[in-house]
Order: sequence, then structure tokens, then C-alpha cells
Amino acid sequence: MTAGQAKSIRAGTGPADQLRERWLAPCGLAVLLVFVAVFPLLFPNPTATNFGVVTLIFVAVAAAWNIFSGFSGYLSLGHAVFYGTGAYFLVVAARDWNLTGAAVFWLVPLGGVAAAIIAVPLGLVALRVRRHTFVVITIAFFFIAQLSASNLGITGGSSGLLVPVPTSWNPATYNNPFYYLAMLLAAATVALSWLVRRSRFGLQLRAIRDDEDRAAGLGVRAMPVKLTALVVSGFITGMAGALWVYFIGEAFPQFVFDPLFDLAVVLMAFFGGLGTVAGPVRGALVLEPTQLYLNLQQANGYESEILFGVLFLAVILFLPRGVLPTAAEYVTAARARLRRGGWPGRTGASQAQAPPPAADNPAGTPAAGSAP
Amino acid sequence: MATEIEQAIAAGILGGGIYALMAAGLTLIFGVLDIINVAQGIFVVLGAYLSYVLSVHLHLDLLVGLLITVPAMFVIGVVIYWLFIRPLRGAERTSMTLLACFAVALIIEGVLYKEFGSNYVSLSAWYTTSSVHLLGFYLPDIYLIGFGLAVAAMAALYLILYRTTFGRAVRATMQNQVAARLIGIDVNRVSAVTFGIGTAVTAIGGMVYGAISGGFTPNSGYDLISRLLAIVILAGMGSIGGALVTAVLMTTAEALVDIWQPDWSVAVFYLALVIILTVRPQGLFGRRAARAQ
Repeated sequence: MTAGQAKSIRAGTGPADQLRERWLAPCGLAVLLVFVAVFPLLFPNPTATNFGVVTLIFVAVAAAWNIFSGFSGYLSLGHAVFYGTGAYFLVVAARDWNLTGAAVFWLVPLGGVAAAIIAVPLGLVALRVRRHTFVVITIAFFFIAQLSASNLGITGGSSGLLVPVPTSWNPATYNNPFYYLAMLLAAATVALSWLVRRSRFGLQLRAIRDDEDRAAGLGVRAMPVKLTALVVSGFITGMAGALWVYFIGEAFPQFVFDPLFDLAVVLMAFFGGLGTVAGPVRGALVLEPTQLYLNLQQANGYESEILFGVLFLAVILFLPRGVLPTAAEYVTAARARLRRGGWPGRTGASQAQAPPPAADNPAGTPAAGSAP
Repeated sequence: MATEIEQAIAAGILGGGIYALMAAGLTLIFGVLDIINVAQGIFVVLGAYLSYVLSVHLHLDLLVGLLITVPAMFVIGVVIYWLFIRPLRGAERTSMTLLACFAVALIIEGVLYKEFGSNYVSLSAWYTTSSVHLLGFYLPDIYLIGFGLAVAAMAALYLILYRTTFGRAVRATMQNQVAARLIGIDVNRVSAVTFGIGTAVTAIGGMVYGAISGGFTPNSGYDLISRLLAIVILAGMGSIGGALVTAVLMTTAEALVDIWQPDWSVAVFYLALVIILTVRPQGLFGRRAARAQ
């Protein structure tokens, strides 16, 4: 929540701000966690829990992407490589080792390991270049992966592979194991990104983002730091991909390695606020259900594709620091104006009754209304 | 009679011409504006669909249709630059413009799906199926026409860049944008026109691609952009001459691999990319300065 700290410095650190920083943000987080935990009990409808599983997977992926790209400034458009590697690992291993039912879940962390192993050579090549070239190389890796998945025998080629779905499970609670595993993964990833953000390692990453040559001059060993971040990010993304493919039950090269996946993750991070802990989480919580809902409403993929592109452009053009942070700044600015030009007798009162903060409320309720 | 390998080399060189033209547009945009136009692939597909509409609904010959599609793509490029690229400023401009181009590509792809569906279409005229027998080679007419068009367009590009006042302004902007602004060059106008030119060449590229690819869908943009990006990065970003040489080299290599490994031939691009970048991060013809952050 250091982004919130920065904001409270800008807005002045009155007792109300300290109160907010100390108590309200953790309380909001706790409320969100409890809500997520009891969500399948409140809405046992399979459609709702479907949304929940995929959204939580994307929370984990967006937060993992942010650990590498958001903190280091190296924009990766190739995280689908890790996602797909984890996914294909699970499908192929479950088939070859004859695993079914709950035992398949043990392959999820192994899928993450497979993705992390892939991340090492990719990072060693791609992290030698910067800026545009890095982005383009990640795109190239993505296409290599997609091409390999379509042509290699082990992945079943373009005809795809099916995952043996556990048929003995009760259909009413079928989604629950996936849901709680996704929740665990998402929560662990967010916690990890909070730890990274506060750590010396996170500081080194952000130093690289601001000026890599200067950071290297100050003694940051840039390559190992960048590579570690990429491998950690790839590990989590691989686990998310493995869990996702078991949930979906089938693996086709064009869906497992999907260019829209890369863009969706980047958009989530930008939408909520790049390089912050809460940003990608907010972005995923708002955007993924929206996209799933749109897909449900329209049989045609292209309309949600157009809408997605328009939304992306709008975010980049008008709110480049993210919709929710920008909206929060408007709230802060308006409040500051009120305080300055307001009535002397009521200044203290208005501070004490400060509305719940938009910046640190992970659900983003007050800010969501001002999104375009 | 030419052997299979010689035949592949000839086809690779001729096909490389048209990739060289599309890559030149991409690298020109990069050189002047310092942005990677990842929408270049979908622009090519859009150009192909424009040619398709003109030839199916208005019964215009493909080559005559270029008189309409080239200016149309120029205007589309300028409008896209003015609306979506120009407003982006600041420290994150590099990644922002790339994402903006990606978003534009997504919207165009969606619109094309809406209008034309996902069925393969291809462009046809009397010269798309015939071929000539020359020095023992069987050369399809459309490859020769495409190569001729690419050479003509690149000659025009060269004349614009090196023989006009506007071209001097473009090259000045490539070298140093701030200095160009100081000596009175309207950098915004230069950038808009450059983006337009870089987009306009995709009309020619799209027409030829639509005729030689044996069918395209709105999805074809991904295949194109990945090849084009591989070419410009391999050549070194911003090097137009390098892009021409690399395009011909790569398509020839692809055509050769295609003889015995048709499924994997496109991997030649990416493999070369990975190998070259580990040895020479600035690309084959790139200058070292291009790497600085």
C-alpha cells in the first residue's frame, strides 16, 4: 500500500489520513478476503463460480505480471508462453502418468516449475535488450511457442488435447476445489508482490525501471535481479495456466497461447495502476468479470474484441496512470479544494468524517463509478 | 530446368521484395516516431480487404484498385496517428504507443471479422494464376508484379527521403527530434505524414499478399506482424536498407526450409532472431546507440 502512502503525503497527513492508512486499508482488504472466501456459499450458481474461478486466476496472473513488468519496467507481451507451458505440462503429464481427479492438482505447482525453467533461457536472451526491442522479442517468443504447440506431436497439434474431467464429482460443488485453489494462488501472489515491493529486491527492480545504467552504476546487478523477477513471475503464471487448463478441460494451441491473453493482462495492470500492489488486482477484479459477461452476452467474439480495443485505447489516452488511481486523485483534489476554500468551523469535521478512501479500497467502489 | 532449390531461391527473392516494402514502412515509422507500429500486420490485411472489396463489388482490376487503396491507407494512417499516437507523451511513451497500436489492431481485426467473417478469401485477377517461363525458372506473374511494385514503391520512397525538402525534414527528425524542432521543422506534421507513408505501403503489400498467400482472414495479421517485427529487429531498428536486405534473406531462407520442413519454415524467422540477438543485440545493421535507454 505504498501508493496509498505517497498519496496521503500529497494530501497532507492529518490524523484521518493516518487512521485510514493504519486501519481502513487493512479492514477493506479483510472484508474483500472474507467476501471472496464465502462467495461460493453466497452464489452457488455454477455460472457465478465459473466467473469466480477465472477472475481469481487472472488476479494471480495480473499480479505476477506486475511483479516482473510493473516493477522492472520491462513490458512483457509474452506471458502467455508461461501460461501455456504450465497448461500443456499439466495436460501432457496427466495423460502420460495416468492421473485423474484430485491427484491432477499436484501437477499445478510442477506446471509452474516447467514455466520457470522455460523462463530462464528466455530471460537470458530477451533481457539483453531493452525497451521496444524487449517487447518485440517477447512477442516473438510467444509466436514460437504457439507455432511449436501447433506442430509438435506431444501437444496433439492443432486438434488439441482433452483433460480427463473428474466425472465422479458432485456437479453442484464441482467448481469449489478450483475456486479455492485459485483463491489461494491469487492471495499468495498478492502477498508475494507486497513483500517484493517492500523488499530490497523490489527497490532494485524499481531502480532498474527508473534508470538501468545508473542502477548498475550504483551496484545493482541488473541481470540476476531482472531474471529472478521474470522466473518468479513465470512460475506463478505457469501455475495459473495449469489450474486454468484443468478447469477448462481442453487444450488447443490457439486458446492456450492466445495473444488476447497478453493484452488482457497488460490492460488489467494499466487499468488499476501499473507498478502498485493493488493495481493489477483491482484491474483484474473489474475487467475479467466484465469480459466474461460480454462473452456470455454475445455469441460473436468480435464485438467484445472491438469493445476491448476501445476500452484499452481510452485507458491509454485519457488515464495513462490507470483509471482507478486517476479517479482517486480527483477525489483527493476535490476534497483538498473543499478544505482550502471551505468554512473554517467545519474543516476539522470534514476531516474526521472523511469518506472511505478510494485509493486503497481494493474493491474500488467509490472510484468505479467514474470509470468511462 | 532449374532445380527445386534454385526455384525456391527465386521465389524467396521475389517474395522478399514485398516483405521488404512492408518492413521498410515499419522501420521508417520507428526511425522517425520512435514507436513500434504493431498494427502494421493488420494494416496489410486491411489493405488486402480493401482491394478485395474493390475487385469484387466494383470489378476494378487489382492494380487499378491500388490507385484508390494507397491514398485510402495513407489517410487512415494519418488519422490514426493524429487521434491515438500524437496525444501520447511523457516517460512511458514508448510502451504506451505500442499498446495503443495493439489496441488499434484489435479494433480493426474485430471490425474485419464483423464485416467479412472468418472465411478465407483471396484476390484474383488474370495474372494471379499465370506464370512465365524464364531462364529455366517457372515464375508466377504475380510474384514478378509484386516484386516490380515493391521496387517501384521503394524507389519512390528513396526519392522522397533523399531528394525532397520534406525528406530532409524526415531525416532530420530521425536524427534528432529536438534539434529538428529548433530549426523550424513541424515535427508533428512530419510524423503524421511519415506514419501515413508507412501505412500507405501496406496497401501495396496487402494487395500482393492477398494474391500470393492463397487466402487470408482477419487473423492473418498476427502471422504478418510477427514476420515483419522479426525482420526489422534482425536488421536493426530504424535501418531501412538493412530491412530490405534482411527481408530478402529471411524469405529466401524460409523458402528453402519449406522444401523439406513445411510446418516449421516460419520458425526460421524466430530462430534467426534469437541467435542474432544473443550475438549482436543491436541487430545486423543497427547502430549501438539504438540500444541506449
